[in-house]
Amino acid sequence: MTPVNQGPLNLLAAAPEMILAIGALALLMLGVFRQNQAGATLVLWLTIALLVLAGFVAFIGGTDVQYAFGGVFVSDGVSRFAKVFIFFGTAVTLILSRTYLMRANLLIFEFPVLVALAALGMAMMVSAADLISLYMGLELQSLALYVLASFRRDSVKSTEAGLKYFVLGALSSGLLLFGSSFVYGAAVSTEFTRIAEVVAQGEINVGMVIGLAFVLAGLAFKISAAPFHMWTPDVYEGAPTPVTAFFATAPKMAAAVLMVRVLYDGFGVGAVDDWQLIVAFLAAASMLVGSIAAIGQTDIKRLMAYSSIGHMGFALVGMAAGTEAGAESVLVYLAVYMVMNLGVFAYILTMRRNGVAMTKISDLSGLWQRDSFSALCLTALMFSLAGIPPLAGFWAKFYTFGAAIAVEEGKLVWLLVIATIAAVISAFYYLRLVKIMLFDDPVEEFDGPMGSEFRVVLGISAAIMLLFVIGGLGVTEMAADAASIYR
Amino acid sequence: MTSEGFLLNLVLWLPLFGGLILLWMGGGREAERQAARKWSLAITVVTFLLSLIVFMGFEPTDSGFQFVTDVEWLAGLKYKLGVDGISILFVLLTTGIMPLVILASWDVDKRVAQYLAAFLILETLMIGVFVALDLFLFYLFFEAGLIPMFIIIGVWGGGRRVYASFKFFLYTLLGSILMLIAMLWMANFAQSTDIEFLLTHEFPSEPFEILGFEIGAGTQTLLWFAFFASFAVKMPMWPVHTWLPDAHVEAPTAGSVVLAAILLKLGGYGFIRFNLPMFPIASDQLANFVFALSVIAIVYTSLVALVQTDIKKLIAYSSVAHMGFVTMGIFAANQQGVDGAIFQMISHGFISGALFLSVGVIYDRMHTREIAAYGGLVTRMPVYATIFLLFTMANVGLPGTSGFVGEFLTMMGAFKANTFVAFVAATGVILSAGYALWLYRRVVFGVITNPALETIEDMNTREIAIMVPLIVATLYFGINASAMIDVFSPTVSDMLEGYRAAVGQPDSLIIQPGGEAPIAAPAKAH
Repeated sequence: MTPVNQGPLNLLAAAPEMILAIGALALLMLGVFRQNQAGATLVLWLTIALLVLAGFVAFIGGTDVQYAFGGVFVSDGVSRFAKVFIFFGTAVTLILSRTYLMRANLLIFEFPVLVALAALGMAMMVSAADLISLYMGLELQSLALYVLASFRRDSVKSTEAGLKYFVLGALSSGLLLFGSSFVYGAAVSTEFTRIAEVVAQGEINVGMVIGLAFVLAGLAFKISAAPFHMWTPDVYEGAPTPVTAFFATAPKMAAAVLMVRVLYDGFGVGAVDDWQLIVAFLAAASMLVGSIAAIGQTDIKRLMAYSSIGHMGFALVGMAAGTEAGAESVLVYLAVYMVMNLGVFAYILTMRRNGVAMTKISDLSGLWQRDSFSALCLTALMFSLAGIPPLAGFWAKFYTFGAAIAVEEGKLVWLLVIATIAAVISAFYYLRLVKIMLFDDPVEEFDGPMGSEFRVVLGISAAIMLLFVIGGLGVTEMAADAASIYR
Repeated sequence: MTSEGFLLNLVLWLPLFGGLILLWMGGGREAERQAARKWSLAITVVTFLLSLIVFMGFEPTDSGFQFVTDVEWLAGLKYKLGVDGISILFVLLTTGIMPLVILASWDVDKRVAQYLAAFLILETLMIGVFVALDLFLFYLFFEAGLIPMFIIIGVWGGGRRVYASFKFFLYTLLGSILMLIAMLWMANFAQSTDIEFLLTHEFPSEPFEILGFEIGAGTQTLLWFAFFASFAVKMPMWPVHTWLPDAHVEAPTAGSVVLAAILLKLGGYGFIRFNLPMFPIASDQLANFVFALSVIAIVYTSLVALVQTDIKKLIAYSSVAHMGFVTMGIFAANQQGVDGAIFQMISHGFISGALFLSVGVIYDRMHTREIAAYGGLVTRMPVYATIFLLFTMANVGLPGTSGFVGEFLTMMGAFKANTFVAFVAATGVILSAGYALWLYRRVVFGVITNPALETIEDMNTREIAIMVPLIVATLYFGINASAMIDVFSPTVSDMLEGYRAAVGQPDSLIIQPGGEAPIAAPAKAH
């Protein structure tokens, strides 16, 4: 890749981040001066506007490669693709959060500001071109998320979730830093381009490999890939539902793209043999854990946690390929995954009975007779999560499997066999949800009517699942353009 | 897109369109329900007429694909449709059976609109399997068909519907996802997903070892097994047939009819479209393996059918046995065998469909499928007894019915490939006469012992109307079999020519249709 402009600052390349950073600080001030619910609502809507603006700026950015801040920050197709989805996904989560937060008396101005800062951290992550800027972005995101996880201060579970997330997150950050120091020792630089050069010269010594392994372990924590997944179910269950919805969407995209950055930019295709097996192992373990452990779950938030572990495994299958097609497949997978999860959480957020939020799977029993629109939309989403054609979830798997099978000498075929087994096992619990919604007898209705924003998000995401088959809705082309930097 | 291609597209998508409209209309009041029924009937009848127009324009002497549509689709795949001599008949079978299925669902009262919509959507997906000419388009239709069928069994099925629907779904999913990997490998190897192209493409067959096991035809064998896993489950072949009796028993009548008449044929169609022509060397080496499974299916499931106490289960096992003839015929890989297999599949479509409809007729009246609850029906239901007798005989393979032609041709094909297989398979014919006639005797003959049967009514006009087309088809093709065989025979002989060239069988040992049959089976190349 040839840098277009390598001026020392080149702030324009980081325009979406600048908008978000300045906007978030301004909104913080605004919130401090108007500390009531009306003020908080205003901050929430302004944050949404800010995110949409930043997402739009990222969208029109094109696909040329630009460096900023002296080469530690890169703006290219991949980062822009990820940013568009991160910002819009975050905005949608905020829209969905409003009602829930208001009811739970949690609508204070810090919430949207923290979410905006987390989004800023994610944008930094996907644009990282240096181990230091990577760590900065990751920590900004993580610190905001720790606070969000324990946002309901008077709830033991939420506090536990926050604490657990913090302790394990700090450990993983430590692993990451430890690994980075080894990589620095081996490459005498923290810049990805420099590391890639060293690797390309064939100078992969033990230090580099140890560094690589620790960096990957740290990143695996963040995308909740097995065997570093233990925090996920507890945090998903304990955190307030809007926060869970947020966890399940944008940060996953950010962390997965960050991993692509480190592996593809940092270590380059020259070291594929060194990291391919590690990533393949993470993928296999995540898919199996995600599918088997989800079977016994009775809480839908925990179920979605295991589901996300499994889905990260499928995304890693594509990543393990280490090719342009691999990067493309990760982008497509995460984009589809985000839309699916937003749709599912849009419904989970409305599940209330007599004013109490319900999260048991059995509460969905007979939904078809109670609310056929939601039941059919959720059915489409479940079949999509299970990866049944013609829904979008199938195409996401199609891309990752296709990337992995094209690896020369069929080195990843064993991984695909595991993937198929995991896909069938996971189909079982998605089908169980369908069965509960469609086949079982109805139980008491939820408090109705659900807000129009939930209905719209649910409907749109189900429609995207169904219509993806007609030409991929432009997402596949966007991802292909973005991934072309790895040609 | 040519205007011809447009016609095929119309046949394919019209039912889906009709189904979506139906979902959108809903159906709460009785008037709306009636409208939903009429709408679905109209859609299926129009689809059938359109497919007849396609058939009229079809040129049977041309063994290539006709009515082709070929446009770019996502991910470098193609949206390519077309029919050849083999698939056109399956399309006609599907579109022909569907109006009868809708008529058979006339009395369903639970969520009528959604029920019928599921069938209409399923129709598009089934037609799609037969007309798709892109690997992944095929996979998409093949796999997506699970969703409506899962819902049909799960929502409108009988007592153990949840168990049956899950078993149905997961069995078939596991098979087909292996096929997906094989397809991805093929697409990557050949750099194309066009089935027409892949049919002429040669896949590597150098033997290699995996974990000390010698893989006879190398990659071809592995690909062959991946496809086989999918189609064998769908077919279903012994020992992966166990989902079928459960699914049949729990499915509503119309669901059983679709399952038996059309869905089971997807597996056989897949064997003919993929396994045989694309991996000829593997097919040749593994023919004896398939023969073994086929004759076990024929004999074992026939024996199992003998001891069933549930009418639907008995017919389901008989379906498995009949599908055994189909796989045997296909992998005999000669003109008679493959011709017979295709004929058997189409004819089984009429016969098993009619048998399940017959069960539906008495089930609607008595709400039990236990054989013991019946007996002496002939005194109260003479028309029913006649029709049921006809299809029982067709199921047994009585000459003059279409059931005979298929069984005879497949056995003849098998005889030439492997005499012993044909010998064992022939015992299946005797066994099928045993269970089918015994079922008939217990249900229809004798004296009425169950007092509830004293007032049972004979078939009404609607029920008879459903049966008439099936009766006509069964008898017509039983007497004038060449009317059907001539449609697919050129395609089959073309395909087999390629097959023989690949496995290196000299042509002289193969009997051309109408030629003189040698006594001994041709020597196997391997």
